[in-house]
Formats: sequence, C-alpha cells, structure tokens
Amino acid sequence: MGEGLRQNESLVIDGLHKRFVSQDREVIALQDINLTIRQGEFISIVGSSGCGKSTLLRIIAGLDTEYLGNVSIGSNKILGPGVDRGIVFQEHRLFPWLTVEENIAFGLQGVDKKATQEITKEHIELVGLRTFEKAYPHQLSGGMAQRAGIARALVNRPKLLLLDEPFGALDAFTKIQMQQEILRIWQLEKTTMILVTHDIDEAIYLGDQVVIMSSRPGKVNKIVPIDLPRPRDRTSDDFSQVRKIIYHEFFKEQDRPFVYAI
Amino acid sequence: MSESSEAIVGKANAQILSGNVANKKNSGVYGQWGLSWILPLLFIIGWEVAARFALIPANLLPAPSVVIATIYQLLLRGELVPHIGITLYRVIVGFAIGAIIATVLGSITGYSATYRRLLDPTLQALRNIPSMAWVPLFLLWMGIYETSKLTLIAVGVLFPVYLNLMSGIQNVDRKLIEVGHVFGLNSFQMIKQIIIPATLPSYIVGLRSGLGLGWMFVVAAEIMGASKGLGFLMIDGQMTGRPAIILGSVVLFAVFGKLTDSLLAYSSKYIICYRRS
Ligand SMILES: Nc1ncnc2c1ncn2[C@@H]1O[C@H](COP(=O)(O)OP(=O)(O)OP(=O)(O)O)[C@@H](O)[C@H]1O
Ligand SMILES: [Mg+2]
Repeated sequence: MGEGLRQNESLVIDGLHKRFVSQDREVIALQDINLTIRQGEFISIVGSSGCGKSTLLRIIAGLDTEYLGNVSIGSNKILGPGVDRGIVFQEHRLFPWLTVEENIAFGLQGVDKKATQEITKEHIELVGLRTFEKAYPHQLSGGMAQRAGIARALVNRPKLLLLDEPFGALDAFTKIQMQQEILRIWQLEKTTMILVTHDIDEAIYLGDQVVIMSSRPGKVNKIVPIDLPRPRDRTSDDFSQVRKIIYHEFFKEQDRPFVYAI
Repeated sequence: MSESSEAIVGKANAQILSGNVANKKNSGVYGQWGLSWILPLLFIIGWEVAARFALIPANLLPAPSVVIATIYQLLLRGELVPHIGITLYRVIVGFAIGAIIATVLGSITGYSATYRRLLDPTLQALRNIPSMAWVPLFLLWMGIYETSKLTLIAVGVLFPVYLNLMSGIQNVDRKLIEVGHVFGLNSFQMIKQIIIPATLPSYIVGLRSGLGLGWMFVVAAEIMGASKGLGFLMIDGQMTGRPAIILGSVVLFAVFGKLTDSLLAYSSKYIICYRRS
C-alpha cells in the first residue's frame, strides 16, 4: 500500500466542536478537537468521566451529525453511519430477543447463510462464548454480554473500529485475553482502532498513541506517542516510564485525583 | 399521549406482567398452586351446604351442583352449543376487525410523527367516549343484527390495541435503532429486524386487554338484543326466573374468556421466547 493511499484513508478531525443544549442548560461536550488518525493506527483515548469520549466516538460513527468542524475519512466527510465503521458501545446493546449467536450474526447483514454460520461460529470461539451461543442476553453476565457485543462489531471486519470501554466489565484475565485478540485482529486486518478506556495500562499496552482528554469543556489535553516495541511488556521499565508520564499528565489538571479509581 | 391513556396502558402492562409472574411461581411450586384453590373451594362447599340446608332461597341462588346440572342439561338438549358458538363467533370476529384496524392505525401513528399528529388527537377524543354511548347510534345505523354487535365489540377492542401498539413503537429503545443504523439497515430491515420484535411484547399486552374488553362488550351487545348467545341466555334466565341459567352463563363466560386469553398468552409465549428465563 502506497503512502498516498494511506494518507487518503486517514481519519481527520478538524476543529470539532460539539455542544448539547437542553432546556436551560448548555454542555460543551467537545471543544476544538483536532486529531489525525492514519489508517491502521491504534489510538487509545483516556479521560475522566464526562469529558466527551463517547460523544467523539458517536460522531466518528456517524450517529451524531450535529457538530461544528470537519470530520472526514479521506476526502469523504462523515454524514452518517456506514459499514466501513464498526462500534462497540459502552453498553452491550445486544437485542434481547436474539440469542448470542443471532446477535453476532446480526453484524453480517446481506451475507449468505453458510458464510454467516461459519463466521459467527468462529467469532463465538474467539470471544469464548461457545457454550452460550443459544443463550439470550438476559442470561449472560455483564462481561459475557460485552464480549458478544465485541464479536458483533468484529464479524464484518470494518476498516475502522471504535471501542468504547469494551473491556470494562471483564475480569483481569479475560481482559488481557481480549486485548490480545484485538491486537491480533488489528495486526492481521490492518484495522484502524480507536479505543476509549479508563485503564491507563490498557491504553499504553494497545495504543500507538494515547490521547489524553480533559473535561468541562471536553478537549484534547495531550497526545502521547507510545514508541515501545510490540509485543509490549507491562512490567518493563520503559512501560513504567510511559505510565509515569501519563499519570503525571492526568493528575496535573485534577485537584482531586482520588475521584478516579484507576 | 395523554396522561390517562398512559396510565391505562401501564396498568394493563402491570396486570399482565404480574399475572405472568404469578403463573410462573404457581407452576414451579405445587404447594402454592394448591394454595390458590383453597379459598374458591371453601366458598363453593360453603355455598353448596348453605343451599342444601335451605339457608339461602333456592329461587335466588341455587346450589353449585344445580348450576352444573343445568348447564349439563342444556348441553344434552343441544341448546348450549349454538349459544356458545354464536358468542365465540362474535367475540372472535369483532376482535379480529378491531385488532386489524388498531394494528394499522397504531403502526402508522407509532412510526410517523406526522400521522400521529394527524390521527392521534381524534382517536384519543373518540376513546374518551364511553363505548356504551355508541349503542343507540349503532342500533339506529345497523339494526339489532350482527353488524351492530360486531361493530360494538370491534370498537371496544380497538383502543387498547391501538394505544399499546403506538406507545410500543414509540418506546423502542433508540440505542437499539442506532445499532441498526451502524450495520446499514434500510427502513424495511429496520422495521422487520428491530421495530417489530421490540414492539411485540407491548402489542401482545394490547391484544390481551383488547380481548378482555371484547368479552365485556359481547355481553353488553347480547343483553341489548339478541336471540342467541350466552348473553341472551342470561337475559332469558332472568325473564323466566331461572337463576341457575344466569349463573351457568356467568361460569361459561368465565371459562371461555379465560380459555381465549390463555390461548393468546400461550401463542405469544412462543413468539416472545426470550421472556422465558
Ligand atoms: N444526548 C445528550 N444530551 C445532553 N447532554 C449530553 C448528551 N450526551 C452526552 N451529553 C453530555 O456530554 C458530556 C460528555 O458525555 P460523554 O458521554 O461523551 O462522556 P464520556 O467521556 O463518554 O464519559 P464516560 O467516561 O462516563 O462514559 C457529558 O457532560 C454529558 O452530560
Ligand atoms: Mg462514555
């Protein structure tokens, strides 16, 4: 793939402003966001609750088109949702009337039956839900539902995958396993990944860059490039070094760091 | 939607949901299932005893055994089946007409805000007319034959189905609709794959309360003027001073009302299988 094409496929966010107006209140959810995310890049976004991370992902997904500024992929302004962009929502958003299997297969609209079956099965394995394929969402634990949601977003292999705290409800072990899987898919498919997380270690472990956001108004505070070679070792000195920088950055603006259970 | 209509929908929902919960508990624990029969049984035994010992006048309240015997005799004489048949026919046809119209109206007003603004205020106004108030008009327009009865029943069925369907569609979780958008569903797919399944539970609640009203209205229609049907049988019992016939009709109404509701509940359980835990 040539450099020109790569440039073309970049996600460019330019002077993005987003505010919510409700009755008497106005919330500036995003203020002057400028980001360029190259195709195939893995971006982690961290920031305190309410700083506009989900809002940013919704705008990129095309679910919210009422904003100021420019958000485009290549030369195409984002005007609505598209199958080139997948999203794992903060809540699992599984359909309560479909089984795990059917929920995951939902991601394969217009794919023939046999292929759907195959791909679905493969992804059920991948997220470790094999014995639960016939279960309904209300029969799943929070972490299992979240994994089903991840599988649904993965099945149609979008070029850009938005992940909104996808591993929040997972135990440490499953979480690391899922991180590994996401990395594997990223490396294999060259998917552009944008991951929102509250877990700074996770952000460093996965990201090419860590975007630190601050709230009220929501804006980008700092972008920290992570130059550690992959596979990364969470216990290495270099990793600790980066962690220290990010923690420092995080708490510089916070007077009450104890509010954030990291 | 007005406050009152929401309250009614909510109440119907709560009733049917609590009914489900109770059923589940009952079938799970035999002790509790038996428990619910104690009171009615005691009541019937007490009633029977009181009637046998002439503690209550038999010409007003005959013993349960007499009521059963009367029903049985009517059955043997071949009189009962036509009465039941015509009443069932009226309920089912009236219900079908009302439900079909309500489904069309509820779908378009639930789906389109423009149609909601166009139609809903009028329908809400009509809903506030006590349905019995239509009776003289229907009789004048359509005579005392089947058409007026079916129309009255259909009107009764219409509103709960309409309200539940419309609010069901309006209340479909926006977040699930967004998932549909993310996967590029067109309007048709959206309706088929998300809106219909999400609306079904509330629609079924509407159908069940509609059916309940259908039974209520068939009684009214048949009492008003009919030469056949369980409601006619009741009036006949009253005219000829046979309370056993009136009570027998009441029992039959209860039995068939419950039966049709169970049928609807049972078939809906298949559709909303995810509710089974
Ligand atoms: N639909 C909406 N209407 C009004 N305000 C909204 C809406 N959605 C979000 N907001 C506001 O925008 C701000 C950012 O919300 P957002 O959900 O993007 O935060 P977040 O960074 O994802 O937080 P968290 O980490 O808790 O998920 C918040 O102050 C929130 O109250
Ligand atoms: Mg969020």
